[in-house]
Amino acid sequence: MSAEAHAIETSTGIDSRKVAIWTFIGSECLFFASLIATYVTYRGKSLVGPFPHEPWTDPATGKVLEPIFEIPLVTLGTALLLFSSLFIVLALYGAQRGNRKMLLGWLAATIACGLFFVGMQVYEFTHFVHKGLTLQRNLFGASFFTLTGFHGTHVTLGVIWLITMFILAVRGQLPPKRSLNLEIAALYWHFVDVVWIVIFPVVYLMK
Amino acid sequence: MATTVLGHETHAAAAPSEKTGLWSWLTTVDHKRIGILYGTSAFIFFLIGGLEALIIRAQLFTPNNNLVSPDFYNQLFTMHGTTMIFLGVMPLSAMFFNYMIPLQIGARDVAFPRLNAFSYWVFLAGGLLMNAGFLVNAAPNQGWFGYANLTSRQYSPGLNVDFWLFGLQVLGVASLAAAVNFFVTIINLRAPGMKLMRMPMFVWMSFITQVLLLLAFPVITVALIFLMFDRFFGTHFYIPSGGGDPILWQHLFWIFGHPEVYILVLPAFGIISEVLPVFSRKPLFGYAAMVFSGAFIAFVGFGVWSHHMFATGMGPIADTFFALATMLIAIPTGVKIFNWIGTVWGGSIQYRTPMYFALAFIGMFIIGGLSGVMHAVAPHDLQQTDTYFVVAHFHYVLFGGSIFALTAGAYYWWPKMFGRVLDEGLGKLHFWLMFIGFNLTFFPMHFVGLYGMPRRVYTYHAGLGFDIWNQMETVGAFIIMLAFLVFLYNMVKTHRGAGTKTPADPWNGATLEWSISSPPPEWNFDTTPQVHSRDALWEFKREHGGMLPEPTHGTGAGIHMPNPSYWPLVTAFGLLLLNLGIMFSPKTGPWGIVVGTSVLFFGFFQWVFEKGYSEFTTPAHGAHH
Amino acid sequence: MIPGSPAGRQLRRLALALFLALLPACQAEYPQSVLHPKGEFARITDAVFMQTVWWAVLVFVLVQGALLYAMYRFRGRPGDAEPDQVHGNTTLEIVWTIIPAVILAVIAVPTVKAIFKTNEMPSGKPLTVEVIGHQWWWEFRYPAYQLTTANELHVPVNRTIHLKMGSADVLHAFWVPQFAGKRDVFPNRETRLWFVAEEPGNYPAQCTEFCGIQHGKMAYRVVASQPAEFDAWVAKMRTFAAAPPAPPAPAAKDTVRTTSVGASLQRTATQDPAVAEGQKLFLAKGCAGCHSLVALNAPKGMLGPNLANIGARSWIAAGTLENTDENLAYWIREPQLVKQGVLMPRLGLNETEAKSIAAYLRTIR
Repeated sequence: MSAEAHAIETSTGIDSRKVAIWTFIGSECLFFASLIATYVTYRGKSLVGPFPHEPWTDPATGKVLEPIFEIPLVTLGTALLLFSSLFIVLALYGAQRGNRKMLLGWLAATIACGLFFVGMQVYEFTHFVHKGLTLQRNLFGASFFTLTGFHGTHVTLGVIWLITMFILAVRGQLPPKRSLNLEIAALYWHFVDVVWIVIFPVVYLMK
Repeated sequence: MATTVLGHETHAAAAPSEKTGLWSWLTTVDHKRIGILYGTSAFIFFLIGGLEALIIRAQLFTPNNNLVSPDFYNQLFTMHGTTMIFLGVMPLSAMFFNYMIPLQIGARDVAFPRLNAFSYWVFLAGGLLMNAGFLVNAAPNQGWFGYANLTSRQYSPGLNVDFWLFGLQVLGVASLAAAVNFFVTIINLRAPGMKLMRMPMFVWMSFITQVLLLLAFPVITVALIFLMFDRFFGTHFYIPSGGGDPILWQHLFWIFGHPEVYILVLPAFGIISEVLPVFSRKPLFGYAAMVFSGAFIAFVGFGVWSHHMFATGMGPIADTFFALATMLIAIPTGVKIFNWIGTVWGGSIQYRTPMYFALAFIGMFIIGGLSGVMHAVAPHDLQQTDTYFVVAHFHYVLFGGSIFALTAGAYYWWPKMFGRVLDEGLGKLHFWLMFIGFNLTFFPMHFVGLYGMPRRVYTYHAGLGFDIWNQMETVGAFIIMLAFLVFLYNMVKTHRGAGTKTPADPWNGATLEWSISSPPPEWNFDTTPQVHSRDALWEFKREHGGMLPEPTHGTGAGIHMPNPSYWPLVTAFGLLLLNLGIMFSPKTGPWGIVVGTSVLFFGFFQWVFEKGYSEFTTPAHGAHH
Repeated sequence: MIPGSPAGRQLRRLALALFLALLPACQAEYPQSVLHPKGEFARITDAVFMQTVWWAVLVFVLVQGALLYAMYRFRGRPGDAEPDQVHGNTTLEIVWTIIPAVILAVIAVPTVKAIFKTNEMPSGKPLTVEVIGHQWWWEFRYPAYQLTTANELHVPVNRTIHLKMGSADVLHAFWVPQFAGKRDVFPNRETRLWFVAEEPGNYPAQCTEFCGIQHGKMAYRVVASQPAEFDAWVAKMRTFAAAPPAPPAPAAKDTVRTTSVGASLQRTATQDPAVAEGQKLFLAKGCAGCHSLVALNAPKGMLGPNLANIGARSWIAAGTLENTDENLAYWIREPQLVKQGVLMPRLGLNETEAKSIAAYLRTIR
């Protein structure tokens, strides 16, 4: 994205990279739709625990496996991810107006939120594994880790993207005329948030 | 005014240095060169797929034949299907997308030239990976549809399924990247005045195809991810012993798979809609209806996937829904066929080779369409499905349809791409051999299917009445082989210096690609044409009062074209390494994945931050004058 | 060449004659044909299909005729003026959108009717048969008679046969084209199908869902017979009982597989030394580990097909070879040559041993 914000006139008047990211996002919708649909299809189909919302007693050992989810922590992560969407809008605002302080500050805040979210997920995954939920354990584990894992990968890539933007901004390579570079990253970031807005209730809240 | 619009000026400054040699091909970002790369690779894959078909036909020539082993036969039919779809028809269409879309919309290149190069290299990597199984006698052998749970480790322990799984995954990346690129190109790089409803029909159908690709491929990506997890990480997405359901694969696969059918055939519709008007000397009949019927086919195409699954016993409600939705698709398809006939009707038909193939396409597609309606009769589809009747049907739409259309396109656009018109005599010989061979091969399949011969069986008993039909089919298949040998000979003969260079506009074309020299200069248009109507070039010629003078292109000075870059190639290589890394991780551990990911990221960052790189062409209009 | 002209009519008549000549060829030539329904389900679907075929023929002739006519009539000649630049015709386009829609509606009505008819079993007391697909053979169980058999499904004519189907491994599809359409079988769900056989006979059939290396040799036979004949078959099959009165067998799968060797049939008394030798070998070589000779309350979960009445079956190795003594011995000796990849191992038997086992199996009938 090092290209100058070039003056080429497009048929729509919208920059091609912006159309491209929208196109990509449209395609990604089907990607996540397939993952979410699979998760929903396999709800309650697991042969063995642990389960998301109910405890499960292993008939062989008599061991009780607790319900897996810890809603408060995930809610915090969700809230921060949501706020980060606001933060990146403010960062973009700064970038478009050449307000370096605003740009760097809000961008840093966005990145921090993203990092917190990824950290939260790493913690959550490790914790689940300790509680006996693995990819292989049951359908819930398989579809849960796949869905949230791919979302987490998207967040991680987004964080890397934003850090790159941050470095460019620090070096002064993100002037207003190139703010589109950040706008595109922001569109992707919003999309990743929106997907989580769907995943969070479907996976964590629906019983 | 046509003359000024298409006027070509000479420039005093030095021309961009001539770019030749292997390195120039590895680093090219020119949509025309990438188109030729796509075409060449796809044609080679297509010939390999054809060879597989010939061995299949030889094996089935007599009952209880032992020409090939059962497992090798299964590899052959799996690879024949996979190759023809993903490595034959799709990239051959991509060749025309690449070469013709920018020319037809009056652009200098695609929106993202390096991404375009990346798509090609990833496609090549996927194609080679898919075929690599043959080297270790473990080519994919589970069918192109790869139904679970036969694909699980338990029932397919070898590398066969892995080659298919990772090959397809890599090919999916290529298709998606290309789809984004062409979608944006068509949306954004149209010449001034080329409104959506003035676009050539090939561009329209290509556009709809990109939408289908964008929406269908993510689904197969997810389906393949699940399969990969089942095979490599011990999940049970499709494995009943862990509660998984093999039907999930079928749904995901066909939600992708049915739109895929239209991905294969819509570009063909586009090509036919270009060839018929030019050789009838008459505009396309019912342009708007053609656009909307294409869009409607694509839209409804997402709602019919379960008609591939009637035999699973979905119950009467679902059967009814999917039967009716499938019948619905016949309506816009019929509209297209009638409009094509309407285009020819009242015209002045120029019987040149492309027109032969285009007219035969209509005839073949009618047959394929009618047998398609028979499948929609759901209760009787239970009798037809998985028999040769279905094989007959989809070869009529994909060979009689897509391949005939792509061949029409090849003869039609050959002069534009290579500067020579292919030999007419050999072209017609090619046509007749292919037409006769095709029908001899595939028409009897209707009968042998209804007489009860299932698909995907490596042999059959005498006494079931299959013999004579299979013999006819095999003879037909070898006639098709002859047809393609003639085609190959035609290419060689045409380019062995005998023929003369072709003018810019050998067919009296209707669209902008014929306004520039054959082959076009690297920058395509000296100045961007101003479009005022459909069939823009016909309009220009009408205003001019006859054929336009032969264009003399300038040196291209003052026109910025994107530089070559090797980072797309490196990034594609990283993606291949990553997939190989996962594939062999059970034996080698994770280092392959680490190396692959590193190369992928390295290539990508080099690409993004390539020094002083601008992949955008200078605004073509107003660049000079 | 206009469809209505004498030449057109003649052409059409010729096409129809050709078509007719090809389609209803006699059944003897095409024993696995879907075009010769011998049962109610197949007749229902065949009727809708044939109706569709006639519509298709009509459309084909008209549209292809129009295309050919246009190709001939509007061929360009040198010096032709530019033809009229017609861009479309709204009325015409509406008409040819509506006509196909109407034809499709006409096809859709019987289609939907047939969907519902074929999904609902006819009234009357059906005979239930459990079908289990295996790589690469078929198991048939008759709960009403506690019988199990393989690769040869016996049914009485004029009685609804209700199939409850599943798979022991991967997906397969059950298909007897003369009687009914296909139905996939799954390892994790039960699928159902019904048919009524209307004519006695021995019908070929085969698996139609790709299921691995030997999908091509996963055929079977359906023997439809008069009720009395069928009852006789059932009675005969019920004599293939285990030597000690059949245990109620609530035991788990695995114990059944190892203990109920079932080779000790009640009724094996023979003078032929080859047969006696074959019987010994059948046990000694481990054949009985996978194959039961007991049809009545047969052990479940056996790896190989049930062999009670093997001596009387028309085909062996899942419709691969005709059941001759020679073929049977060859199959026993060289299963991997007959059916590469099949689960039956090559036991390293010599020719005499194989012949003895074949001779023994021939007596199991």
